[in-house]
This record gives sequence, structure tokens and C-alpha cells, in this order.
Amino acid sequence: MSTHRFAVNVTPKPGILDPQGRAVEGSLDHLGISGVSAVLVGRRVELTVDAADEAAARAVVERLAGELLANPLIEAFAIESIAGASSTTAAPPAPARPPETAGERHA
Amino acid sequence: MTVRIGVVVFPGSNCDRDTMHALAQAGAEPVGLWHEQAALQGVAAVILPGGFAYGDYLRAGVIARFSPVMRAVTAFADEGGLVLGICNGFQVLAEAGLVPGALLRNRSLRFLGREVAVSAERLDTPFTHALSHAGPLRMPIAHGEGCYFADAATLDALESDGGVLFRYVDGAGAAAAEDDRDANPNGSLRAIAGVINARGNVAGLMPHPERAAEAVLGSEDGAGIVRSLVESAAKAVAERRVTVGMS
Amino acid sequence: MAERPVEPLHRRLGVTDEELDAIRDRLGGRDPNDLELAMFSVMWSEHCSYKSSKPLLATLPTAGAGVVAGPGENAGVISIGDGLAVAFKIESHNHPSAVEPYQGAATGVGGILRDIFTMGARPIAVLDALRFGDPDDARTRHLVDGVVRGVGGYGNCVGVPTVGGELVFDPTYAGNPLVNVMAIGLMEERLLTLAAAPGPGNLVVLFGSTTGRDGIGGASVLASATFSDDDPSKRPSVQVGDPFAEKLLIEASLELIERGLVEGLQDLGAGGITCATSETADRAGTGILIDLDAIPRREPDMEPFEVMISESQERMCAAVRPDRWDAVREVCERWGLPVAIIGRVTDDGDIVVVEGGVDAGGQPGPGAREMARMPAAALTSAAIVHARLAAPPQHRRAAPAPGAPIDPSDRLPERGMDPGAVLLGLLGSANLSSRRAIFEQYDSTVGADTVAGPGRGAAVLRIKNTTKALVASTDGNQSVGALDPYLGAALSVAEATRNVAITGARPLGVTNCLNYGDPTRPEAFWQLSEGVRGLGDACRALGLPVTGGNVSLYNESPDGSIAPTPEIGVVGLLEDIGRLVGPAFVTEGDTILLIGESTPGLAGSAYAGLAGTAVEDGPPALDLAREAALQKFLREAIERELVASAQDVSGGGLAVALAEGAMWSGLGARVRLAAATSPAVELFGESPSRVVMTARPRFAPALMLLALQHGLPVEELGVVGGDHLVMELTGAGATGASEERGSRIADALEVPVADLRHAWDNGLVRALGWEG
Repeated sequence: MSTHRFAVNVTPKPGILDPQGRAVEGSLDHLGISGVSAVLVGRRVELTVDAADEAAARAVVERLAGELLANPLIEAFAIESIAGASSTTAAPPAPARPPETAGERHA
Repeated sequence: MTVRIGVVVFPGSNCDRDTMHALAQAGAEPVGLWHEQAALQGVAAVILPGGFAYGDYLRAGVIARFSPVMRAVTAFADEGGLVLGICNGFQVLAEAGLVPGALLRNRSLRFLGREVAVSAERLDTPFTHALSHAGPLRMPIAHGEGCYFADAATLDALESDGGVLFRYVDGAGAAAAEDDRDANPNGSLRAIAGVINARGNVAGLMPHPERAAEAVLGSEDGAGIVRSLVESAAKAVAERRVTVGMS
Repeated sequence: MAERPVEPLHRRLGVTDEELDAIRDRLGGRDPNDLELAMFSVMWSEHCSYKSSKPLLATLPTAGAGVVAGPGENAGVISIGDGLAVAFKIESHNHPSAVEPYQGAATGVGGILRDIFTMGARPIAVLDALRFGDPDDARTRHLVDGVVRGVGGYGNCVGVPTVGGELVFDPTYAGNPLVNVMAIGLMEERLLTLAAAPGPGNLVVLFGSTTGRDGIGGASVLASATFSDDDPSKRPSVQVGDPFAEKLLIEASLELIERGLVEGLQDLGAGGITCATSETADRAGTGILIDLDAIPRREPDMEPFEVMISESQERMCAAVRPDRWDAVREVCERWGLPVAIIGRVTDDGDIVVVEGGVDAGGQPGPGAREMARMPAAALTSAAIVHARLAAPPQHRRAAPAPGAPIDPSDRLPERGMDPGAVLLGLLGSANLSSRRAIFEQYDSTVGADTVAGPGRGAAVLRIKNTTKALVASTDGNQSVGALDPYLGAALSVAEATRNVAITGARPLGVTNCLNYGDPTRPEAFWQLSEGVRGLGDACRALGLPVTGGNVSLYNESPDGSIAPTPEIGVVGLLEDIGRLVGPAFVTEGDTILLIGESTPGLAGSAYAGLAGTAVEDGPPALDLAREAALQKFLREAIERELVASAQDVSGGGLAVALAEGAMWSGLGARVRLAAATSPAVELFGESPSRVVMTARPRFAPALMLLALQHGLPVEELGVVGGDHLVMELTGAGATGASEERGSRIADALEVPVADLRHAWDNGLVRALGWEG
């Protein structure tokens, strides 16, 4: 058994209206900031999973993300493995992994 | 000479008209202050009204606090000008650091629209001196993020230095417990419903006095708060204690 | 390998072969191209065209004193004096709410609000009528949670109070929830703005949010088809609402109207730009040339049909004189709203879509081409109308006609029935218990006009700077409608208007949301036609105009059609807010009167739902003339200041009506009834046209005389006081069940008010499994 820490980043699906992103973009003027665009506002959920191995843990997170954390009708999610609480009992701690690529966005 | 009181209008403010009506009922001349304008048009006091400024997107009050009008309001407050934040307005003041603390999501995680009772912890402020009694004052709350939060040191300082202006009270008139779902439904720490800054010129509260300022609406308990502000503002003008409305 | 034949495009878009022929007719005999077909498919969908219901709706009474705008406009508008007028309408968003409950409900609120402010009225209230299946069911709970958060999320942010509505649980809605939202607005009558695009040469201006792929095909594909489990092809891009944008849209639109900057204004809803342009052109007898390239888009690479039928929210379309364009643009930009000239009003009556640019003179530019052309009328007023077949079901039970002799044959468990326990069971039931857990998620006081908010009968809103108030209620009776659709509709009108009349207000008009099944099924279409007949008869009897509304058909799932559900919205005017009468008892010692008489028939009642009913029993009859007399009496009695409190007898019958008066005042009551039929009927029967009234004892004789003068039966029941609700039944109908339990009274109910309150307070949260 091992412990793994993940983050799920939930964002509006491409093509879906993102009122928060629009509002943030609209306010950049007041801060005197230019050159910023395509703001996307979502939420991030971090969690620790106990499972037989990393693949099993990721499967749990995929299910959680698709059924609870994100609304598949209007949201997309990306799963990131994060350093910290990950550990295995049978092997030395795994090194921190880099965030996943954008290819996972439509998972 | 009717005293002029400014009501800031952010995109998404939705209690500005109610607030202006209550000010007019209290004998003042309400002046709308558009968020894009960094000028206060010579008003003697400013109210930041309730609503959903910028949709409450990202965080309630956070986008609003960067608007041009807030630069003017901050300068006005720094000079001793009277500023009152109601509900969303309280959130803006907290984000801007003009009053201590922060407003978090209600304990129930749901929006709450209902009546509460608060007591005025001090009757010696520009916002409460015209109240005929300290409480219970019945007023509606209507918010999703009204849970008052500050760290323990700040809370202690607020209590000892007279920074708590309004507190939720239970049926017996005593301060509500933090887990009293009826009397303190948003779970505010120390049952704090409103605070005043150390200088005594900037205050914020989550309940809506402008919705409880006429008997026909079910309670007149909020009228005293509005009247206090109007009278204090008029007095400040008369005494020329404040350079009114210059940015 | 033989190729599988592809279904023709028109059929894939939901257009029948017959309809395609009709389209060709209107195009002078030629075939429509793909873009034109897409536009027709949306405009000729049931939702947009009312092709099955138009002939029925034409039978409704729509004229009335003070009606300034009626059916056909975005909302009904009625004068209320002092230069003011009230705009109101109810609309459904059923299918989208089943798919995505939060956004479906939210965009439902947004859509109906736009129908109000597009007329020039500032929205001042929303009432939401929500109907779901069994509250025990996980899917119901998911829907309730999402819908309520959606209504609140949108209404609270936009700053319009939600002051009333309904929440009804019935297994009939298990596969098909209903979300009907009513909105009310207040305006200066002189600012009434209609949805027309007059003046060839005028600009067509689109402002509000940019256009994305929201709800593509939503109107024709979703709403004109039934549900089957989890079919992804029925889930196109959902519409996402932005209440912040809507708030800005309200302010900008009202400013444009107040400053006289628009010649006509229309909000965009189902059918998007296609609908808004064709409707406004048709109403003005003009045409519109649309500059596709000029329409501000949210997404890249949108196809012409996507732009033309997108249902992106928070958009308005105005006809603007060229010399007013700069001012219009300034208003929109100041409110942070995208704005663009997207076309010109023409005089040829056609909707023309041009790609490649339009020049300053309003003509297609060099290299531009016409992508679509059709008469505006073909899309709207001359859309196809279907003559559907109506056939009643094989086995029908008619309601007893008024005055017909009835055999009260309810073989209910009378022996051993404990009326007190039944009352507590009813008060704690999902349908009759307190809705506080729901409406406290709404802001019901923003606007500082709410005198009576949700939870206690009709909503009351004062009108600042006058003595007047508006009173509003929504009601719909589906349990009787399932047995008798004509009666169900008439009862719904009677109840909604009565709820307004008991406050002392004068009902002004009726808006209706007709939720029925698949109109191509003769039995379902029969239900709809009977419902419209009942709606019309009731409005005529009460002298009220139908000012507009909405029809939602195809409310079916694999389990079948929903019970006919005519949701009725009523607005009334109270000239003097000081005369307002509420439902709670007022003073200890007040006399309690019952106006109207109970008639047998428990079918369709809340009691029957709890305790069962005999097979041969029917719903109680409705005498519309008696209902009209009752409402006249109510107004007169209240105006003469004879009345302390008034509550109508409806769900749960007389016992519940008295319990409500007691719970909401904290004062008990002691009443004695002569049981002419049976205890169940006397205590819990829901025969209509009855009101429980309390009055100072010295006014009781005058009240009773007034009732008799109006031809109404009236009985003195007892007295307000104590801390119990006590109801004693005497006479022939009493069964003596209590004697068997050792009581000396034939039948009696005696419950502490505190116990009534406790059952009522906790029923809904328990039914839904929410923490208390």
C-alpha cells in the first residue's frame, strides 16, 4: 500500500462561458495592468489517496474528479501528482513529479 | 442645507437604490458615486452599499477594491471622513484593509436570507449615536459570505478597544454562541456582525439597515443607524472637521 | 459495401416532411439551404412557434380594462394608476433544468427577467414554482439542491428578490422536473417599449454578452423531444448564465429606454438572433438585413448557423435611429457591455443573412454574399400550425357537477382515525411543511419593498411613494388535473386568484405556464385542450384577462407523461397598504368564521395522498360563480375593515388552514363543526371557494350578513385563544370513533400549537434528508 498526493484543477470547459474570467480580465485596467488575456478561473482540490500503487490511486482520483469535483457537462479537469504526502511503505519516497501536460485537459 | 451623502455604485451593486431611498427618508440628499470616478463630489459621508460588486467573482469585494472610486474613498477615510460599508460594502472595506478582519463563506456554505437580531455594542459612534436603544435591533441579512473572521490577537484587540460595533444576539438578548444556527447563522467569530476602525470613522456591518428602516417593511430598527450617519455627517460639515469630498 | 442511407438533414433537425413542404411553400417553392433549414427548425420548434397550442390559446380571454400589453408581447402589462404599470409573466425552463439543474434554473430566471425589463419595467420580484418527484429519491435531491442554488445564485446576484413560489413533490414529476419562474416588474406606463423593429434604415444593434455556442439546438432538439435515460445526443452545449452581466444589462436597457434611445427592444432567448430579428421585423412589418461578420463572438471559428441560433444568455437586440447610435454605444460601454451594429431594418419584409460585410449604406459589401433569405413572417406569425388530434382516455371519471347530489362514499379508515395524528402528519408532509430551508437560500428583501415574503401565502410588495402594493401568487393543481384536466386548470386559477384576494387586493390579470405532455399523442393533447378550456372559463367567470404566458410540451419520460400541470401566476393591486390582511390570527377572543361550504370528494387531496381514498371517490366540484362571489365579498369585507385575518382552505383542508393561522400567530383556536358528510371531508377535504376568517367579535354579525348578501354560506366556527388547536365535530356525519377511544365528543382534534409548529418546521428537511 502507498500514499499519493494529487491535485485536481477544475476549469470551465472550452466553449463554456466563464463569467469569473471575464470579470477578472475586465478589472485589469484598474490595476494598470496590460498584456494579460484569456483569464480562466477555476478551482483546485488537493487530496491524499491510499492505494496499492500510483496507477490505482490515480484511478480513484479520476473517478472522484469526473463524478464529484467537476461537472462534466460544463467543466474539464486535469490531474496533477504533487509532492509532499506521497509515500510508499515498501520503497523509498518517490521524487516529486512535474505537473501533467495540457493533453489531459479534456479527461 | 441638506447634507449630501455618497453611495458608491460598482457594477453589480444592487442595494444602492435602497440605500439612497433610506438616506432620503432620513433627510439627506443621496449622491450616486460611479466606480470609475475618483472623485467624491463634495459629499459629507460615503456608504458602500450591498450587492454583488463585479459578481463577487474571484472573492467578494476584491475586484471592487481596486476601482478608482476606492482610491478616493481611502483618501477620504484617511482624512477622517465617515465611511459605512453594508454587506458587500463591508466586504470591500475588509479587502481594502480599511477595517480589520475578513468575511468568509457562511458556515452552512449556503446563501442566507433571513432576519437576525443584533445589539449595538457602542452608542457613542457616528453610526450609532441616534439609536434609541442598543438592541435587539431586527434587520435582514442576505449573504453567502458573512462569516466574520480575524486571528485571535485581532479579535482580542477589537474587543478591548471598542472595535466591535454590532453583535448577533439570541432570543434572550445575549451575545449569540458561534454555533447558534438561529442567532448567528453565518458562524461569525465572537458573533461579530459589524466592526468600527480604531479611529472611529469607518465601520462595516453585514445586516441591512436600509431594509429595516420603515415600519411597513417589518422593522424600523435600521433607521437609527442611517439617521446617526446623516446627523454625524451634517455635524462634521458644520464644524468643518473634514475637508469634504476632495480627492 | 452498400452505404447506409443518411437521414435527411431536415429530419435530423426535427423538421417533419410535412413541415418541409410548408417551408418550401413559404419560400416560393424552392428548397431551403442548410442555414435556412437550421433557422426554420429552431423557429418552428414547439418551444418557439407554439405550433400545437396556438389555436387553443386563441380561445383565451385577453382583453381587460387597463391591459396595455397582452399575449404576443414579451410580458403582460397592466396599468395600476399614478402613471405606473406592472409587467408580469411566467415561463418554464423544464428540460434544461433536468439536464443541468443549477444552470437550467439560473438561465430560467435570467430569461424571464429579460422579458420584463425589455418592456421598460424594472424587475421587482421573482416567484419560483418548482416540481419534483419523490423527495426520498437521490435524483430528486440532486435536482432540488441544484435548482434552488441556481434560482438563488442568479436572482440574488442580479438583485431581484425571490418572494414566493411553490415546491411540490409528486411521483408524476420523477422523470421530468418542472421549473416555472414568474417575474414582476414596475414601470412608468409612458416608457412602455415594444419588441418591434420599425423604420427601414434604422440600425439593428446587439448588446450584452458575446455570442458563443450555448444551447445550440437547445430549442428544437431538447424541448421538442422526450427524455430517455442518459442519451448524450440530447445534451448539447448547455446555456451558462452570468447574473452579473444581466445586472449590467438591466441598468443599460432601462437607461436606453428612459432616455428614448431605442425604437424597439427585444431580449434574446430561445432561437437567439434568428428569433429576435424575425419577431421584431414581423411585428413592425419590416425586414432585417443581418451582418453576420459584425456579431461579436466569444468562440473562434463559429459557423453561420451557430451564430444565428446560439442561445448565449444576457443579450438584447434594439432598433436604433442612426443619429442615436453614438449615445447608445456610450451607454453600453459605460456599463461594460459589448455592443455592435449587426444589421439594418429594411422594407422588404425579409430576414437576410449576409456574410462578408455590410457597407455604411446597409448594403452587402463587395465580395459579400447572401447566406439566407426568407420572409420574417414565415419564421414567426406564419409558421406552421398543426391541428392536433384530441381524444379523451378510455376510462374517465367526471367531477360531480355543481349542485348534483353526491353519495359520500369515502371508505376511509374512519374507525380508529386519530384526527390529531393525521393533522400532524399532513403538516409534516413534504408538500405542506415549511419551506424555510428553501427560501432562506433566496434574498427576499433586496429592493426594500417586501412587506410579506415567502412562507405565508401571497407575496406583498409595497410601491414606494404611493399607498399601493402589489400582491402575487403562483398555484397549480396537478393532482386533480390528473383526474380531470378541465377541473384542475379551473381550480388552479381559482386558488391563485383567491390567494391574492384574501389579502384585500384586486386580482388584475393571469399569466400561465402550461406544462403538458406530447401533443402528438391524442390523449395528451386532449388534456391540454381541456386545460385551456378550464383556464379560459375560470378567467371569464372571474372577469380576468390572460396577459400572456408560456407553453411547455413534451414533458414525458419513459415512465409516461406528467400529470397536466397548469401553473397559474396572478398579480393583484392593493390600493391602500394599510388595509393589508394576513393569514395569521391576530387577537385572542376573535371570532372564527368559515365562508363557503364543504362538498364531498377527497380524490386529489393531500389527505388522500396520506390516507388513501376510495376508488369511486372523485375530486370536489368547483362552482365558478360562487368563487367569483367569494372574491368580491373578500374585497368588500376587507375594504370595510371588518376582517382581522383571512386564509384560504386548500392543501390539507380546514384543519391545516386553522393550524396555519395558529402557528403563524402563536395563538390557538377552539372550533366546533357540524359534520354533514364525514370527519375526513370536514377536517381535511379540499373543496374550493372557502376561506377561514377571523374578526373582532363585534364585527362578526356584519361580516356574516355581508357574506349572505353575496350568496355565500357562512358559519361561525369558534374563537381564537389558548395554546391548542381544538376542533370538535358533531352531528350525523361523525362516526363516533372518538367515543370508542373514550372521548365524549363524536370526533375531536386537540393539538398544542407548539406541536403543530414543530411538525411543520421540520417536515421538509426530514423529507429531503437535509440536516435540520
